[in-house]
Amino acid sequence: MLKTFKLGGVHPAENKLSASKAIEKLTLPKSVFIPVAQHIGAPAQALVKKGDQVKVGQLIAKSGGFVSANIHSSVSGTVKKVDLSMDSSGYPKQGIFIDVAGDEWEEGIDTSSTLVENFEADSKKIIDKINAAGIVGLGGATFPTHVKLMPPQGMKAEMLLINGVECEPYLTSDHRLMLEKAPELLVGIRILMCALEVQKAYIGIENNKPDAIAHLQELTKGDRSIEVVPLKVKYPQGGEKQLIKAVTGREVPSGALPIAVGAVVNNVGTALAVYEAVQKNKPLIERVVTITGKSVAKPSNFLVRIGTPVQELIDAAGGLPEDSGKIISGGPMMGKAVANTDIPVTKGTSGILIMQDKEAKRDKVKTCIRCTRCVTVCPMGLEPYYLMTVSEKQIWENAENHHIMDCIECGSCSYTCPADRPLLDYIRLGKGKVGNIIRSRKQ
Amino acid sequence: MSETIIYTMIALSAIGILAAVILYFVAQKFKVYEDPRIDEVETALPGANCGGCGFAGCRAFAEACVKENDLADLFCPVGGNDCMTDVAAVLGLEAVKQDPRVAVLRCNGSCDHRPKTNQYDGALSCAAAAALYSGDTGCQYGCLSHGDCAVSCDFDALHMNPETGLPEVVDEKCVACGACVEACPKSLFELRKRGPKDRKIYVACRNEDKGGVAKKSCEVACIGCSKCFKVCPFDAIVMNNNLAFIDSDKCKLCRKCVPECPTNSILEIGFPPRKIKTDLPPKPAAKKEAPAKPEVKGSEETKTDNSDQK
Repeated sequence: MLKTFKLGGVHPAENKLSASKAIEKLTLPKSVFIPVAQHIGAPAQALVKKGDQVKVGQLIAKSGGFVSANIHSSVSGTVKKVDLSMDSSGYPKQGIFIDVAGDEWEEGIDTSSTLVENFEADSKKIIDKINAAGIVGLGGATFPTHVKLMPPQGMKAEMLLINGVECEPYLTSDHRLMLEKAPELLVGIRILMCALEVQKAYIGIENNKPDAIAHLQELTKGDRSIEVVPLKVKYPQGGEKQLIKAVTGREVPSGALPIAVGAVVNNVGTALAVYEAVQKNKPLIERVVTITGKSVAKPSNFLVRIGTPVQELIDAAGGLPEDSGKIISGGPMMGKAVANTDIPVTKGTSGILIMQDKEAKRDKVKTCIRCTRCVTVCPMGLEPYYLMTVSEKQIWENAENHHIMDCIECGSCSYTCPADRPLLDYIRLGKGKVGNIIRSRKQ
Repeated sequence: MSETIIYTMIALSAIGILAAVILYFVAQKFKVYEDPRIDEVETALPGANCGGCGFAGCRAFAEACVKENDLADLFCPVGGNDCMTDVAAVLGLEAVKQDPRVAVLRCNGSCDHRPKTNQYDGALSCAAAAALYSGDTGCQYGCLSHGDCAVSCDFDALHMNPETGLPEVVDEKCVACGACVEACPKSLFELRKRGPKDRKIYVACRNEDKGGVAKKSCEVACIGCSKCFKVCPFDAIVMNNNLAFIDSDKCKLCRKCVPECPTNSILEIGFPPRKIKTDLPPKPAAKKEAPAKPEVKGSEETKTDNSDQK
């Protein structure tokens, strides 16, 4: 009997179209736009100005606080301007435009593919390196990794969980990483374990990736500190709290962080970035992005420099299909539709999904039939129908009392609703408002 | 049998009398003094409980009036000056007169003026849409057309026009309670001074982008050219972040700024049609000016149409 989390969950069609496609390097774009806010927390402060020459891996924006991350140039060339540009939400965001010329790397970065296994076991030094490299959670939430590695006072990490679940349909970037970069990944995991001073790491992988499970089990044979845990396929198992529950059986209390139960969760992509930062001195300047969709000519996994326009990925995958209805940054469950294709790939872009017109359309909203399916599938044990109603009626007090802030926005409720009600749309709105109210109360 | 009834009656009466006595003393002990003027002030108020005064209903406002002992910061927008005079008479204070106001929408980005760049099919609420993204046109400042304002209006003074996709204010019904100002996530509503005969001139735009960008996303956007600012004889126009704003307290409704605007983003509503000096057909020689003039004329026609609807 495979492990999984108990409460709720759904199983959408997997559609992992690009699972067998090896990671390819995308050709360098002509110009990039690198936003200074690609992570949760304070935006970074730009260090370059118009006309500056930059190299690959050069620090171009400095972390703007403790919960923030450095930004490095992903290309070499000339800074065109530091200006506003649209992000995926359509609102202008500050960023750095760079015209690409050649591919000259900053000195000290090891670009070879040789595996470096030995590292200095000094927690502080490792965390400093991770901080300097601007590494954030690559699963999509983009929380600065160095913050995760420094538990608040009085709390102690007991184990490291590596998230190889990739429960979002369509996306395969983590899957490919686990197959192609497993030795590096394992070194990255050991570095993270050392930084956290823990003796045990678990790699949670859903059972729909048997090749990755077998490959990693083979490589970790004889190493008792790293254990590969195959998990039953269920969405949203990739959520931090769900993964902890599935692997360890521990439940993170309402409003608390995973560290409250002694767990720190990191994505496989993050672990690999940690390996590259610590062993190769390479900051986070590129990531694997899945470009996929039922009508896409060549669904692929590309290694993409941060800041590359999404359009380049679409072109490389065979162009925009005629019947495209929606372009989504991320997966179909939690991803966000983008308003134009000039937006850049950022640290949090795990995939670009092009949906067909017919599957992208949302059905007409009907009245709630009180079937409570949303309650059944909610992995956080909330009552989505109620939270939607109070958010719609703007009764924020009730929303807060019914733990709206615990919602992880997985979208299982909207997915399962037979009346096609926009449950998550309103819950997300309510969450934003209640969050503001709580923050203003604290001040 | 009859004994049972008698005993029951006596017992119940005794309990009743005892309870009444206890209640009397308790009521005396815990009596809360309430100023009788609060009731009087409340009767003088319109009783709409709209919250436009900033208090949680008319009772709360009445309590505040009595407590403050000064009406300088207190005003009921629904009842207006008449109502405040009554309140002042009850309290023996002096009411501070305020100009009657009306809500106006500072966006003219109808479907014709502002081409759609994408399609939204999420929850039909402006707040939800604004939290997600900038909107289904190139303008991130403009109306989202889902009608949160119309839902918020307690006075039936706001309706969505399905043709333009914009809300329309019924001036006669609007009491300037400010509910729409609160409801609009893009802050498009402004409570402006009510002009004579409900006339008003305002910049129907909030786009703070640079001219070219603004014009590209909406043909009636304010491009921040400052022409109106230069022509205004009363210093009523303020330029800020590529956007003109006409201060309704200073504006004398002279209409000089309206024809100056190259994008027709200044609306004049409630005025009689202008005596058009440029009624003559444009001279073929003046090629550069030729397209501008008929455009101005065309827009004036639409403006008079608007005023008819209002």
